[in-house]
Amino acid sequence: MFPAFSLLSRRGLLALCAAVLAPMAQAQNEAADDFIRRISSETLELVKTDKALRNGDTTRILQLVDSKLMPHVNFRRMTALATGPAWRKATPEQQKRLQDEFKTLLVRTYAGALTQVSDHTVFVKPLRPGQDDKNLVVNTEVRSKGEPIQLDYRLEKTPGEGSGWLIYDLNVLGIWLIENYRTQFTKEISAGGIDGLIGSLAERNKSNAGAAGRKG
Amino acid sequence: MTIRRLAIVPLFLALAWLSGCASTRTVASDPRDPLEATNRQIYAFNDRLDAAVVRPVAQVWADLMPQPVRTGVRNVLGNLGDVWTAVNAALQLKGQVALESAMRVAVNSTFGIYGLLDIASEAGIEKRREDMGQTLGRWGVQPGPYLVLPIFGPSTLRDAAAMPADWQASPGQYFPSGNPRAAVALVNVTETRAGLLKATDAIRQASLDPYSFVRDAWLQKRENDVYDGNPPPHFDYADPDLAP
Repeated sequence: MFPAFSLLSRRGLLALCAAVLAPMAQAQNEAADDFIRRISSETLELVKTDKALRNGDTTRILQLVDSKLMPHVNFRRMTALATGPAWRKATPEQQKRLQDEFKTLLVRTYAGALTQVSDHTVFVKPLRPGQDDKNLVVNTEVRSKGEPIQLDYRLEKTPGEGSGWLIYDLNVLGIWLIENYRTQFTKEISAGGIDGLIGSLAERNKSNAGAAGRKG
Repeated sequence: MTIRRLAIVPLFLALAWLSGCASTRTVASDPRDPLEATNRQIYAFNDRLDAAVVRPVAQVWADLMPQPVRTGVRNVLGNLGDVWTAVNAALQLKGQVALESAMRVAVNSTFGIYGLLDIASEAGIEKRREDMGQTLGRWGVQPGPYLVLPIFGPSTLRDAAAMPADWQASPGQYFPSGNPRAAVALVNVTETRAGLLKATDAIRQASLDPYSFVRDAWLQKRENDVYDGNPPPHFDYADPDLAP
């Protein structure tokens, strides 16, 4: 058949549409360092412009973290890795409870750091070559007047979902979060099992909230 | 004075070994911390000392000292520290870091008025930290057991052995011995502690067991420093939901 007819055919039209839309789909497949650069600058922008947040308004901070940062984090994987082999033996309810308490602990403790970054810039270092898509480290530096602060992210590729990448470990000043918490969790689990761990986390969260209440 | 301080290390180790023999271990212990029982006791002692003396002084310092004064103090201390960084970078054959640190000292000591202003950072010459412990590590010396030193806090056998060398280059040494040196040492400790007030609060909030939290963070950080941000991986990130 003549080529012109195939263009008008259904299949031809479909192919044409795909050719037009493909570049848009490619845009979703961000490189890992571009992804981190984007969410870092978006977060910093928000902190710079939000006065309430800079003044330490806890609700605003939690809102920012929940809406802007948590969608990019695979929190289930973070919690599971910090828990270690005992995770598989935990029931779904225990796993959910563990995630919730761990999330509260991390967010309440570290979100306060966000209020300090209003005059900082993030420099994303070139990606180290030869990394695995399921365990990719992006190195950044948070720079301001003083020494630069090392801030690294460990990512897994999630093609087709969201931005295409999820964070599941964080490194501040050379200290990976999950590695540090694995010891904390293992200790509690060997003392009182998963429920013991959940209880300790809940207790810590309660006392932190109490201390914050007394201060504020 | 240095010999006496050096003698503390073997004496301490002997005591630690003896008390370690007497203790029973019920929880799986970290192979990097064979002296955990003793370390915990010293950690508790340091904590009490910190709460009673160091922290309150640092808090008063942080509350009363105007920010420009604190920045100036930090810059002067940092400038003196850059000298030692340059020396250690050279010993580690990190030529660029050595040159840059030397330049930092030159620029900050002259244009920065004896180090009060950190002109070099504003000019884009990055500040780095190298010490004798990292130099030893770069040349293959393993850290050895984790140690909590009385007053000085977290360390390792390698870093503790390197301490006398680091002391010879500490800011106080640039001043005449006696009161000026003691005063500088005191200011160094106070300003450093004041800078860590928020961090220590965060540790208390973020940890379930502060001792091991500090230990693991410290050991990770030291390895990171020795390898300049790219240490060899040793944590298993395999998907925990899948069977091994």
